[in-house]
Amino acid sequence: MSRNHVSTTVNGDQVEFLCETGQTLLDALRDELRLTGTKEGCGTGDCGACSVMVDGRLVCACLMLAVEAEGKNIQTVEGMADGETLHPLQRKFIEHAALQCGICTPGILIAARALLERNPDPTEEEVRYWLAGNLCRCTGYHKIVDAVLDAAREMRGA
Amino acid sequence: MRYEAPKTLEQAIALLSGAAGQASLLAGGTDVLIQLRSGRIAPQLLVDVKAIPEMRTIVADAGGYRIGAAVTCMELIEDEAFAREWPGIVDGVKLIGSVQVKGRATMGGNLCNASPAADSVPALIAAGALVQIAGPLGRREAPVEDFVLGPGRTSLGNGELVASIQLPRRAPHSGDAYLRFTPRTEMDIAVVGAAVNLTLDGKGVCSSARVGLGAVAARALLVPAAADALIGTKVDAAALKRLAAAASAACRPIDDKRGTKEFRIKVAGVMARRAAAIAMQRARRQG
Repeated sequence: MSRNHVSTTVNGDQVEFLCETGQTLLDALRDELRLTGTKEGCGTGDCGACSVMVDGRLVCACLMLAVEAEGKNIQTVEGMADGETLHPLQRKFIEHAALQCGICTPGILIAARALLERNPDPTEEEVRYWLAGNLCRCTGYHKIVDAVLDAAREMRGA
Repeated sequence: MRYEAPKTLEQAIALLSGAAGQASLLAGGTDVLIQLRSGRIAPQLLVDVKAIPEMRTIVADAGGYRIGAAVTCMELIEDEAFAREWPGIVDGVKLIGSVQVKGRATMGGNLCNASPAADSVPALIAAGALVQIAGPLGRREAPVEDFVLGPGRTSLGNGELVASIQLPRRAPHSGDAYLRFTPRTEMDIAVVGAAVNLTLDGKGVCSSARVGLGAVAARALLVPAAADALIGTKVDAAALKRLAAAASAACRPIDDKRGTKEFRIKVAGVMARRAAAIAMQRARRQG
C-alpha cells in the first residue's frame, strides 16, 4: 500500500511524516511524531480527549485523517506552555486540583483555551456548554469549571 | 485505500463515478471516519471535497442563500447575517454534536448521512430548502424532504454528490425555529425534533408556513396539515392546538430506548407548538 507524504506545521514547527490513508491525525501525532500529549479516549469523537486546534478550529484529532493535515497549522498541548512557564490554564488546573488520572486534561486545556480566545469572560454556564464535548470520568466537572473561570479572571487581569 | 482531494466538482464526480471499486466521499468526516474505523465501509478510494471552492462557501444573493455542502457547522453558526435570516436552521446546526464535532461536521453530511434524527434536516424542510446535486449526467435539484429516502438512504445515484443547499429568498416578517426533545441538553440524539417556518402579512396573519418533524418516522417529514393549521390564523392558542394535533397525527415512530411511540407522538405536538411560538416571536422582530 502506498503511503501518503504529509508536510504540516505542529506547534509552530514545520514537520513531515508518512501515513496510511486510514490513519487519523491522532495516530500521526502520537505514533509518527511522538507527540503523546494528545490522548485517545473513545476514538469516535464523543469524549474530546484528542482535542487539538487545526487552523484555529477546535476539532477531535480522531475524526480527522492525517492526510488532511497537509499544509495545516496544528496546535497541541505540547505547545501550550512557554518553555518552563505554564499557561495560566495549566497553572490553574494544578491549583484547583482539576485533574486526577489526567487523560482528559490535555483535551480540556486545548478546548478551554479555544473558549477563552473567543470569549475572555465566559459565564459558568458558557464554560459548561463549551466543554460538553470533553468528558472527565474521575474528577468531575466542578473543579475543571472553577479552574477555567479562575484562569479567565487572571488572564483578563481582573 | 487511496486519497484524492480534487479542486473542482467535475474532477470529484469523475473520481466517484470512474472508481474501479467502492469510493466514499469525505467532507467533515465525523460520520465517515467512524464508519471506516468500525469496518462498516471499506472503500478503495476516498474523495475529499474540501478543496472545491463551491462546496466550501456561503453565498448570499437576491435569490437567497447557497450553503456549500462542505461548509462546517461552526462556520455556518458564526455567519451572523445567515443566523439573522434563518435562526431555525442555526438552532438545528448548533445541536449537531460538540464544538469539536461542529468544527468539522457539515450540514451536507448531516443530510447525506440520512439519519431520521438529523438535527438540521427538519429545519431545512421547513425552510423549503433545495438540495443541489451534481453528477455525471449534470445537475439536478431536489426538495430536502424528497432527498432522504430512509435511514442511511438518499436519492443520490452513482457518481452523484450534494454540492450545496439552496435556501429561498426570505419574505419580510418571517421566522423559523427548531426544537428537539432529548434527556440531556447537549451531546444527545433527538427523540423528537420539530421545525416551524412561517411568514406573517401586514396584519400579523400567517400567510405561509411549513412544518418539519424529525425522529418520528423513517425519515424527516414535511407535514402540510400542520402548516395548514397555522395559515390564515394569527397563530393563536386554538391554531397552535390544531398544529400540535396535526403534528402528532403525522408521526409514524418506532419504540426504542430513547422513547416509546406514544411518547414521541405526544411530544411531537408539544415541540411543534413551542417551535411555532418561537418562530412567531422571530417573525414579529423581522422587518
